[in-house]
Amino acid sequence: MLEQLPLYEQAILTLAAMVMFTSFALLAQNRVVPMIHIFAWQGLLVAVTTALVAFDSGKHDLYLSAIMTIALKALFIPWLLHRLVKRLGIDREEHGAEHPATVLMIGAGLVIFCYYVAQPIEQLSASVTRNTIAISMAVVLLGMLMLISRGKAVAQVVGFMSLENGLFFAAVAATHGMPMVVELGVAFDVLVGAVIFGVFFFQIRDSIDSLDVDQLNRLSEQDE
Amino acid sequence: MNDWLLALIEMALFVALAPLFSAWVKRVKCWLQNRRAPSLLQPYRDLRRLFAKQVVLSHNASPVFRATPYIIAGATLLAAAVVPFISVNLPTAAIADVIVLAGFFALARFFQALAGMDVGTAFGGMGSSREMTISALAEPAMLMAVFTLAMVAHSTNLSTVIDYLLAQGLVLRPSLLFALLSLLLVGIAETGRIPVDNPATHLELTMIHEAMILEYSGRHLALIEWAVQLKLLIYGVLIVNIFFPWGIATHNSLHALAVAAGVVFFKLMVLGVLLAVGETVLAKMRLFRVPAFLVLALTLALIGLLSHIILEVG
Amino acid sequence: MSTSFLLTTVLVLPLLSAVASFTTDRQPALMRWLVFPLLGLSGLAAVWLGGQTLLQSTTETLIYSPGLPWLHWHFRLDPLAGFFLALIGIVTTAVSLFGPGYVREFEHGKQPLSVLGFFTGLFVTGMLMVVVAADAFSFMVAWELMSLTSYFLVVYQHQNAANRRAGFLYLLMAEVGALSIMLSFGVLAGFGDGFSFEAMRAAPLSLTWASIAFALGVFGFGMKAGLVPLHAWLPEAHPVAPSHVSALMSGVMLKVAVYGFIRLSFDLIGDVHWAWGVALLIIASITALFGVLYALMQHDLKRLLAYHSVENIGIIFIGLGLSMIFYGTGYPLLGTLGLVAALYHTLNHALFKSLLFLGAGAVLQRSHERDLERMGGLLKRMPWTGLFFLIGCISISALPPFNGFVSEWLTFQTALQVPNLSSGVLRAVIPIAAATLALTGALAAACFVKVYGIAFLGQARTRRVRRSSEASRGMVLAQALLAVLCLLFGIFPTAVVNALNHVTQSLTGQTLSTATAHGWLWLTPVSADAASYSAPLVFVGMLLALLAWALVFYVLRPAGRAQTRRGDTWDCGFGPLSPRMQYTSTAFTMPIRQIFAPAWRIHEEQEREMQPGLPLEPAQIRYQVHAEDITWKWFYLPIVQLLHATTRRVSRIQTGNLRHYLAYSFVTLLLLLWLIT
Repeated sequence: MLEQLPLYEQAILTLAAMVMFTSFALLAQNRVVPMIHIFAWQGLLVAVTTALVAFDSGKHDLYLSAIMTIALKALFIPWLLHRLVKRLGIDREEHGAEHPATVLMIGAGLVIFCYYVAQPIEQLSASVTRNTIAISMAVVLLGMLMLISRGKAVAQVVGFMSLENGLFFAAVAATHGMPMVVELGVAFDVLVGAVIFGVFFFQIRDSIDSLDVDQLNRLSEQDE
Repeated sequence: MNDWLLALIEMALFVALAPLFSAWVKRVKCWLQNRRAPSLLQPYRDLRRLFAKQVVLSHNASPVFRATPYIIAGATLLAAAVVPFISVNLPTAAIADVIVLAGFFALARFFQALAGMDVGTAFGGMGSSREMTISALAEPAMLMAVFTLAMVAHSTNLSTVIDYLLAQGLVLRPSLLFALLSLLLVGIAETGRIPVDNPATHLELTMIHEAMILEYSGRHLALIEWAVQLKLLIYGVLIVNIFFPWGIATHNSLHALAVAAGVVFFKLMVLGVLLAVGETVLAKMRLFRVPAFLVLALTLALIGLLSHIILEVG
Repeated sequence: MSTSFLLTTVLVLPLLSAVASFTTDRQPALMRWLVFPLLGLSGLAAVWLGGQTLLQSTTETLIYSPGLPWLHWHFRLDPLAGFFLALIGIVTTAVSLFGPGYVREFEHGKQPLSVLGFFTGLFVTGMLMVVVAADAFSFMVAWELMSLTSYFLVVYQHQNAANRRAGFLYLLMAEVGALSIMLSFGVLAGFGDGFSFEAMRAAPLSLTWASIAFALGVFGFGMKAGLVPLHAWLPEAHPVAPSHVSALMSGVMLKVAVYGFIRLSFDLIGDVHWAWGVALLIIASITALFGVLYALMQHDLKRLLAYHSVENIGIIFIGLGLSMIFYGTGYPLLGTLGLVAALYHTLNHALFKSLLFLGAGAVLQRSHERDLERMGGLLKRMPWTGLFFLIGCISISALPPFNGFVSEWLTFQTALQVPNLSSGVLRAVIPIAAATLALTGALAAACFVKVYGIAFLGQARTRRVRRSSEASRGMVLAQALLAVLCLLFGIFPTAVVNALNHVTQSLTGQTLSTATAHGWLWLTPVSADAASYSAPLVFVGMLLALLAWALVFYVLRPAGRAQTRRGDTWDCGFGPLSPRMQYTSTAFTMPIRQIFAPAWRIHEEQEREMQPGLPLEPAQIRYQVHAEDITWKWFYLPIVQLLHATTRRVSRIQTGNLRHYLAYSFVTLLLLLWLIT
């Protein structure tokens, strides 16, 4: 089946698989700077896929989305995070999950689960990108898994952003993108979110001397 | 009958060229590191010298120790016999599929590790323990990549797989991309190259393969060295011929074979350059980082498999 | 000779051997000249009868009626029973060759030899009877005979408290398992109107009831076979029995459980559902991986082998699970492939595990050591045992061209046929299970490098080991027999597959004709294009390759200079090497222990004795690692706690007042009377 598709459509599928791989790489990575780099790569891959989908479907406003994605997710936010990490002086800390291999195995299970869930949806669609719905769902869930498995705030922000990547990817794959207004709004939200996170890092660190979110338990009113 | 003769010649070519490939990798590495490279014939001279040298056996060595070099070299040679090198129509390729190929390497490794423990030094045991640990992790990654390949081509026979991929033309498959990456990592781990093992070191903290063969000398050592070079070449040929099969001879005319030989040479040279670049750029890993490296290989293979199922079939 | 006569012979000979063992109290030598030969004869007869039934693909039903007129004993010989008869026969023959030499050390022991001989004979009778039984009564009687007699064999050396504990655990779990099997038969008999297998086969079962019967069967037979987490008795009971009995238990008794499972699910229930296969596949994959991970951590040789039995049972059930998935989704040919792979591995495991247990027995007898950490250099002292043990190690590590490889290869090939399935999730899950199998195989190889390297290679670590010598001729011969079979079944897989075709034909009406369609040289499970393996050519090729290297050596060798010289091992200029400098079993598995750490509960002990006056210089360090089975904490302890809590509740009705008890009887009587109206 794959052989009958034109080469650029094959490329869309390959890129989708690579986006999924970057999600796994984020899960496994325990250094914060490479993590940000992988995140940037993920943004770039998503953007290239969007551009290819735009070419495939002839919807030119998707090009704009692609450019925006590159600007925001492949360049600006990674740059912002990078600067933050440097200024917070945490670029050498370990930010990994406790059992990376276990987390990866759970991740693989999630992908299979997404495939199972997405199968009925895929039957409805006839476009090339229908198969990527499962992948984009998996990227969302893997982002959530990253949020759960990491204790450090920076890693969690990266997880959150990658989750957002998954949502965007799903929109592109399933319906060839959201209306431009919505997309602009979401992009703006993400941008503001990233900035606010940046401010919060300093706040959190000032109040609890750490960026370990498990320490936030101490804010609970219950005595331990 | 002609086919069998061809298979025999290909096997001989494999054996004859194995040291050359290692020498080529070494040469490129030297260039990259601003060193003067030894001659491309140096490995052959080393082998000849080793064959001429007297064998010194430990008082403690058992028959297992003496038999091991022959078994390793034999199993590796058999592995070379079933891998299509220049021509895809190899009668010997049907004898063993790619899982059996993995079995041959496992057999060689089993005896290698036993020989490491035979003399009763701490080094040998250390090398064996590390080798078996690493191979235990590399094996599932390798088989997972192989499964992906087998599911794409509906076969585990190397000839059939290559035939299928050739017939299909240029298709961009995410599954094969990831299988390729995974097999590259596994190949590096299995052939004991940087960053998993350093074939040039004899530092007890880091050595794996060298620790096992520390007690070997003379022709025994020559056989083992040769088998190691052969194994590297087999992995190289596997990777270039499966993932970039273009140019391999599909029929056994003299002209096609000559062209195929040239193309394979070229592909191997490129691969050798890549390997050398990798070995120059990367540093040897700590032993307990190797599992992470192999888990990466496993994840790649797994993603390859999943993307085949999700993206290519469904 | 008629079949009924042969069958009677097969069943009576081990009984005779059991009875004959009473003579050995007066004449210990009779053990060698009467008891074991009779056992061996029964083994040979079983091979003969089983082989004949298997190869001629005959099915014959025999009915005996001893005593009770309404309770006939149905026996049925079909290819499946024949296959298992032959398998039991082979191992029994080897054991009876091994036994005479081995039991000599018991001649002057505290226990009478007669007990050993008696229960061994009954044990073999029980196993043989299980596989030919054709109704639930005789099956359960034979099953219990097998379980009970093996209990007595486990506690044979009962002066040791650990043995008694292991025996009790074994008995308890065997009985719970038997109960579950009985219930499973009960479900089938309830719908099928009768306890004969004939009636059960015809039982019209709804999916729910079939699933219940299947689940009970998995529990019961799985407990005997050692599926995780029901395996707890296995590593306790197998090592403490005398070694030739361990070989029978690990090599054959577990296979009888596999037989029971196949008979129940493929024959009696018949219509397998694919979801059962998935459940089984998951349990089996966990079992295989779990078994090998625990085996790696053991340093008691026999305990290690017992954990490997758990692993191999996992591999067998992976094949069965795949087979069920394919049968259940309408691919009978592929289902047959899985079944053949499982049966092949059953045969192989019987051979190499018995071989390894016999080898361990020989080592135990000659060196009185079971602890790997104290062995070393045995190959020089026991060259033949060493050679055959090596063959066993290669076979169990699934390396070509030996037998273990063929069956694992077939299992892989079955798993690779998933593109046929329509369910995408199954297509994704099965290759992962296969990768688990690959991991298992590689870890098993690591484990047996450890076993062989520590025990047989290197230098002897203790004096007793240094002074050990080769085992007696019969013991070596028994190992040789099994080792040769390991090689033969590895080189001629097509013959085995052809024979197994008769089994699948009679069970499911399918044969794997494609596998051997290209002649005896080629094994092609699905088609020649998809996968092929030529074991004979690989074997010949290996010999040729060795020859080729010899030729290279001959060509390159300068005349007369390349002699071998013996010298000291390089000691880094540090002084002479001592055996204590060698890697130990604990050290060997240390990297694996670190990587798979969550799989065990590791207890480490370290003792340091400091040198007097030098508080920082240890004079002696002792380090010990013990890996505790996590199923104790996560599976068994909760059950025990639950039981305790329940019994505490129930015990409230035990008031101690006589009138209360009378009231209980009274109420019961009333209830019963009300029920029957």
